[in-house]
Amino acid sequence: MKVTVCIGSSCHLKGSRQVVERLQALIADNKLQDKVELGGTFCMGKCQQGVCVNVDEEFHSVTPQSVDDFFKTAILTRA
Amino acid sequence: MPVHKFDTKVQHLKYKVLREVARQAWNDTLMENLLDIPQIIVPGKEATMRCCVYKERAIVGERVKLAMGGNKNNPNVIEVIDIACDECPVGGYEVTESCRGCLAHRCDDVCKKKALYFDEHHVAHIDKTKCVECGMCSKVCPYSAIVSRKRPCQNACKVKAITMNEDKSAAILNEKCISCGACVYQCPFGAIMDKSFILDAIKLLKEAPETGNKVYAVVAPSIASQFTYAKLGQVITGLKKLGFHTVVEAALGADMVAQAESKELAEKGFLTSSCCPAFVTYIRKTFPKLADNISHNLSPMAMISRYIKETTPGAKIVFIGPCTAKKMEIQQDSVREWVDVALTFEELQALFDSRDLDITTMEEDVLDNASYFGRIFARCGGLSDAVAEGLKEQGIDFDLKGCSCDGIEACRMALLKASRNVLDANFIEGMACIGGCIGGAGCLTHGEKNRAEVDKYGHEAHEKTIADAVSVLK
Repeated sequence: MKVTVCIGSSCHLKGSRQVVERLQALIADNKLQDKVELGGTFCMGKCQQGVCVNVDEEFHSVTPQSVDDFFKTAILTRA
Repeated sequence: MPVHKFDTKVQHLKYKVLREVARQAWNDTLMENLLDIPQIIVPGKEATMRCCVYKERAIVGERVKLAMGGNKNNPNVIEVIDIACDECPVGGYEVTESCRGCLAHRCDDVCKKKALYFDEHHVAHIDKTKCVECGMCSKVCPYSAIVSRKRPCQNACKVKAITMNEDKSAAILNEKCISCGACVYQCPFGAIMDKSFILDAIKLLKEAPETGNKVYAVVAPSIASQFTYAKLGQVITGLKKLGFHTVVEAALGADMVAQAESKELAEKGFLTSSCCPAFVTYIRKTFPKLADNISHNLSPMAMISRYIKETTPGAKIVFIGPCTAKKMEIQQDSVREWVDVALTFEELQALFDSRDLDITTMEEDVLDNASYFGRIFARCGGLSDAVAEGLKEQGIDFDLKGCSCDGIEACRMALLKASRNVLDANFIEGMACIGGCIGGAGCLTHGEKNRAEVDKYGHEAHEKTIADAVSVLK
């Protein structure tokens, strides 16, 4: 599974660093390093909905507050 | 349209040519109207710059060639426009009519070579066979009667890469030239120009909707001191209106470099910086024995561009900065695949205006990828500060002794000492331009406040440490 977090300026200001760091920790805690490939990209063109995250090709709007829920529903259940 | 501020009329002329070439390229009419461009720029009938409009147009014709990439057979990105060169005098120190034939003759007193002699009116003359061009006589003359007839291009070129053709027009020694652009900026006749690759950028942008390739603008941190008639956020909006997918700070690449270079420094014990392509080229050409000490890291531009290309298939990169030497850097094997085009701020201004984009009326977008430390790379001393921070953040116990070299002459002094093992430093931060990148030849304007602007921009960064800025890149 490929999880891509937008690290463009707009999402960065909305907390993409916090999202990336939390996802890294959650992936490690759940020992999913082999199954989940976490990466960054600059701008997905949906700046209003940032922090933008793609799980494979599926788009998600995540915030530093909602990242734990996002991980449970969009990553953990499928990994 | 606001009136754009350039430092000189030469820059303004160069800009007008670039703008026109770009305009025609957007409209797909460049080949059709190519021969009309000189007349569009110089409508006549009165000459305003040279002896006649025909010469003015002939020179503009040469500028058009350079705006379209210049001479493909010349590997250098800096070229002389022969017919624009005014063949300035090169007599060295000469006594002018201001000499009053005084009694003191301080010129004579200070001259260690006894090169001064006096005619029956006690007026000074210089014996060229004895003069060593030390300039002492000029300094002490109370009438400022002794001047150095040195060409501005040669004066600007501290690496001594400028010589003369047999017809006395200026010539560039490619084996010495570091493509810093100092001569480009200093020639009062605009007879030396950096080749432009603006057409390559336009091609990428025009084709993007069809190819689906995303074109990224990677901007140098010195942008904080440029386009001061508008807000930085408006420049970002303008870039997106030109068709760029998004804008990324080269300063984030600088954060990556600071982290890697501080580690490398601690391992190797002595290092010279890799950010300034003119400095790196200078070492390779003039101090080849020190080349092993050049940091193996890519420059910040190449570092962030590589990250973008590795994470985004089909990404195209246009770097925009103050630097003419970057145009040379991106032709090197280690960088070629990461950066497609290098433009200057001058060229970006021409691009905006070729599309009639008045950025002052636009909404402000955001630009925030890097830390304070990545951003201050734009001014002299910033890199050393960042490497010190990199060592601290990574808990590396290494006693950094940085030597920040402001301008290529200072670089030369430090490298000379290093080559003789008498330099009291273990890290040389080399900046070919005075002041650092903010002094680059491709800047629209150069000013006293630029350094402060860069520091202010640095403090506005969302991330305060290098580690925080690069943590998103995992």
